[in-house]
Amino acid sequence: MSSGASVNPLQRLVEQLRLEAGVERIKVSQAAAELQQYCLQNACKDALLVGVPAGSNSFREPRFCALF
Amino acid sequence: MCDQTFLVNVFGSCDKCFKQRALRPVFKKSQQLSYCSMCAEIMATDGLHENQTLASLKSEAECLKGKLEEERAKLHDVELHQVAERVEALGQFVMKTRRTLKGHGNKVLCMDWCKDKRRIVSSSQDGKVIVWDSFTTNKEHAVTMPCTWVMACAYAPSGCAIACGGLDNKCSVYPLTFDKNENMAAKKKSVAMHTNYLSACSFTNSDMQILTASGDGTCALWDVESGQLLQSFHGHGADVLCLDLAPSETGNTFVSGGCDKKAMVWDMRSGQCVQAFETHESDINSVRYYPSGDAFASGSDDATCRLYDLRADREVSIYSKESIIFGASSVDFSLSGRLLFAGYNDYTINVWDVLKGSRVSILFGHENRVSTLRVSPDGTAFCSGSWDHTLRVWA
Repeated sequence: MSSGASVNPLQRLVEQLRLEAGVERIKVSQAAAELQQYCLQNACKDALLVGVPAGSNSFREPRFCALF
Repeated sequence: MCDQTFLVNVFGSCDKCFKQRALRPVFKKSQQLSYCSMCAEIMATDGLHENQTLASLKSEAECLKGKLEEERAKLHDVELHQVAERVEALGQFVMKTRRTLKGHGNKVLCMDWCKDKRRIVSSSQDGKVIVWDSFTTNKEHAVTMPCTWVMACAYAPSGCAIACGGLDNKCSVYPLTFDKNENMAAKKKSVAMHTNYLSACSFTNSDMQILTASGDGTCALWDVESGQLLQSFHGHGADVLCLDLAPSETGNTFVSGGCDKKAMVWDMRSGQCVQAFETHESDINSVRYYPSGDAFASGSDDATCRLYDLRADREVSIYSKESIIFGASSVDFSLSGRLLFAGYNDYTINVWDVLKGSRVSILFGHENRVSTLRVSPDGTAFCSGSWDHTLRVWA
């Protein structure tokens, strides 16, 4: 069994973990508050959430069948 | 029959020091050599810095993993649904199938919307890629790929081309032409080459670059014109199944999910993985950024969808129910990010309240697994594709 082949991947893993450990983080309460704020601010523009008057949503427009 | 394995001791001249010793096979740049145990050990410690040994690297890795968990846990002061308690609950939803797109001869595997909010491209197991006008349900273009299982397709931002690929291990771009005399397949351009199936593809902000994900465990960024590989992303330990680009305002990153249960966020310029999340218990089939770019959702074979916040660097919500036991194949957010639509392998689509963590609606209609789901660019409708050979537009 060759143990020499495992040096480089281990070094890369350690480097990657050092990088990830050094990331700047904020508290969940603050992150959650900002997600909530984004939702509420954009809620009025969200057609699937609030619905739009039947006329302006092209998919909800009544489709007419013409029989000739 | 006797099937014991025997340890064979080979004696001979070591390839490095030439002394007569018991030899071990050793691989150097994929060439097999025979070293004696002394030379093998010297080679194993080659490349290590002065104070490092294999053991010290392993223990540093474990220590760093523990530290990462600790740092993340320190900031976990509250749950998302607790913060959202004061928010008004959502009312009843009436969402119905408004259009059914029929025409594929086999399972629909992937679909994408055009920026004009009306055209849709879809691909299926039988190798057909179709461009539809979702208002009229007419088929505008159709092309047959030389392979089956076209697992990925994408519309170019300009609306003038589509990209697709699957078991052919490639991603090909087809310019869309309205000239009836022109054969679409003739203008095909092969852009990406992987060593295993193509699972996902997406144009970046322009028609000029494509990002791909593959069963070979890598993602890659390609230049469409020259077919040149611009950047490759290594880090997943198994097939990469999905990817999503960050909304343009938030910069050059994308998220990918794979069979190694990890979701990884990458910097497109450096090729580095900047954050990784491993809380799912099975393959991650779909990842999608939250509209603000500060979070992303994932859908997995473990029957849950989860929300990860990038600035808190952790999972902040999990969308699951005991009654849901089939995997989620595809997820997408509504325009404001309040709703999460998820297609499941039990033929249903569940609609989740992202903030409160509860399910607000369950949509029936498909007669087989839902394999793909995307909300339209202006958020007025969403389209789902299924193994029942159809696509449905809901609003």
